Amino acid sequence: MNILFKNAHLIDPALNVDSVADIHIVHGIIQKIGRVSFAKGAEVYDLAEKIVAPGFVDMHVHLREPGYEYKETIETGCRAAASGGFTAVCCMPNTNPAIDDASVVKNILERARSVLGGIVDVYPIAAVTKGREGKELAPMMELADAGAVGFTDDGAPVEQAEIMRRALEYASMIGKPIIQHAEDLTLTKGGAMNEGFISTGLGLPGMPQVAEEVMVARDIRMVEYIGAPYHVAHISTRGTVELVRSTKAKKLPVTCEVTPHHFTLTDEAVRSFDTNTKMNPPLRTQEDIEAIKEGLRDGTIDVIATDHAPHSQDEKEVEFAFAPFGIVGLETAIGLAITELVELKVLTLSQLIEKFSINPRKILKLSSAKIAEGERANLTIVDPKSEWVVDIRQFKSKSKNSPFHGRTLRGKAFAVINNNQLLFSD
Amino acid sequence: MPLTESSRRLASRHLLGLEGMPKEDVQLILDTAKSFREVLERPIKKVPTLQGKTIVNLFFESSTRTRLSFELAERRLSADVVNFSADVSSVKKGETLKDTARNIEMMKIDIIVIRHAAAGAPHFLSKVVNAIIVNAGDGAHEHPTQALLDLYTMREKFGQIEGLNVCIVGDIAHSRVALSDIHGLKAMGANVSVCGPKTLIPREIERFGVRVHYKLDDAIRESDVLNVLRIQLERQAGAYFPTIREYREYFGITRERLDKVKRPMTIMHPGPINRDVELSANVADGEHSLILQQVLNGVAVRMAILYLLGTAN
Repeated sequence: MNILFKNAHLIDPALNVDSVADIHIVHGIIQKIGRVSFAKGAEVYDLAEKIVAPGFVDMHVHLREPGYEYKETIETGCRAAASGGFTAVCCMPNTNPAIDDASVVKNILERARSVLGGIVDVYPIAAVTKGREGKELAPMMELADAGAVGFTDDGAPVEQAEIMRRALEYASMIGKPIIQHAEDLTLTKGGAMNEGFISTGLGLPGMPQVAEEVMVARDIRMVEYIGAPYHVAHISTRGTVELVRSTKAKKLPVTCEVTPHHFTLTDEAVRSFDTNTKMNPPLRTQEDIEAIKEGLRDGTIDVIATDHAPHSQDEKEVEFAFAPFGIVGLETAIGLAITELVELKVLTLSQLIEKFSINPRKILKLSSAKIAEGERANLTIVDPKSEWVVDIRQFKSKSKNSPFHGRTLRGKAFAVINNNQLLFSD
Repeated sequence: MPLTESSRRLASRHLLGLEGMPKEDVQLILDTAKSFREVLERPIKKVPTLQGKTIVNLFFESSTRTRLSFELAERRLSADVVNFSADVSSVKKGETLKDTARNIEMMKIDIIVIRHAAAGAPHFLSKVVNAIIVNAGDGAHEHPTQALLDLYTMREKFGQIEGLNVCIVGDIAHSRVALSDIHGLKAMGANVSVCGPKTLIPREIERFGVRVHYKLDDAIRESDVLNVLRIQLERQAGAYFPTIREYREYFGITRERLDKVKRPMTIMHPGPINRDVELSANVADGEHSLILQQVLNGVAVRMAILYLLGTAN
């Protein structure tokens, strides 16, 4: 590899880099940043108007392998991630078998290395409990040693307080966060969408906002008691934003993430009975979106993650109540984030990069990606101005379950570089 | 047959629900139903209107009266009728709704009447098949033909619906009738309220422009019509209200309660009735009960709907 990017807008919030410069990369290492008028043998690309950022991480992805390869595989998932501008993904443990044994972690890591020359780093998040059944702790130390970077029973909450307590204590020993899918299942039983005016009008059983909030509130009390790193996955309500904000004010180790669909769509979208508007947590209200945007702006919300949840067409083409929860997100995340957050002045590009790259790496203690001479080139290149129309047929993901088909977005992944590989999005 | 080829048509080619249905369409259905109601009084209760059309009654949930009412309406319009019910179908073998419907459609069906436990099933069906879809009840969402026959029955009795004070009493949250009634009654200018224990009143129902009562006497005091819904005994006792006895005591319609207001109170019920639970027997069978009238009108209203949809281009 010998590449010269000209006129790139480099933004690395961690290093306070925000300038237009040339960047010369040789064998996957950043050789020079500055004015580089000529580099012998280099492929030269003009990156005027493009942003070069530390590689983006999606810390909430369902790669579905092993067990559900008809929805997604590590290969198709990594291709979708690279195409969507991510150089790393964290894969969730609700596979079959669950990621509750070191052998599964090792298998995933090995398979990921062979996809596109390993351009996407895959970091498994392992189960908190064996079989994600919420009963006994999974072997967290073995899992961490094998490469797991955090723990969650995602898809389901760690429901019992006692198990959550032990999980927090145990995980804090190894310095890895517990990631909670916050949902009180007794309040969401049978639910298919947000509870409120729209669910009442559609006659669909509701999942109230408080189902998320009571779980977060309980956990936060426990974090205060134990002092362990805790991360709330896919927060969706105003109440959760407020809970996390007040907890952060006490300097407790609590972080959280939001998905692009939760700051873009409301439960109004469910009126169509389109099963691609069915996800868990469900789409909420405009009031929740406003609170989430405020939370992104003031730093309460640390991370944007997609909760990329592929499902086959057959699974989704059924009655709303019977459809599985979840939508794909890897290939629309950057476009939605720029359209809804940067264009609408919620975040600056630099803040956006913190939420896509700097913060998830910090929370999960991943090797950092720095835009500096001598560093490994782990970069996401974004065209923030390009206007495009989402077309699910162009997705690299095996599944096409997106409610954003046909939507016009501003901003798109242009290319990624990682592990001595370069890939353009189109 | 009194009906000439009407130039008026419904705005939609399906009947999925009453939400958003324009007043003129509701009126057209009720007016058309009136003609069919006359047909039902004749010695020969059959017209050739839908001759050559095939209708399938796709019932994924058991229902005696709605299915019977639809089937009678279809036969009296001279349509060919096929019945499909979930108990004897391939549904149990795991076939999807889409596959079932597509298979049936290959048999050249013109209209599908569907009853399904999942809200939105008729809407889903309308996107995957070409036949005309009539919603015969979807989950706790809508039951438009029931609401239309309720409207017809009220109009028949009171002359007009505008300004009428109607209270829907009982389990609003799990009812498909309540929402359709609300949409239809609001479209026609009635004042609508709901009454029941708070556990059975869905969130933000007020935003549909209805008042909420938790005290039955308040509801009775300001109503001309009580539309009483069925309580699902098996499912709800214990979960949504403590006991049947307590429900009957505080939300059951009895002669004694009604006697507190010094004027006749019209009683309706979509059936089947839990006698002496939501409605005492003497009220159900009383002189101001329209319950059996509703059943009779149901056939005429369904004939009108099938006629209007089935003869549109």
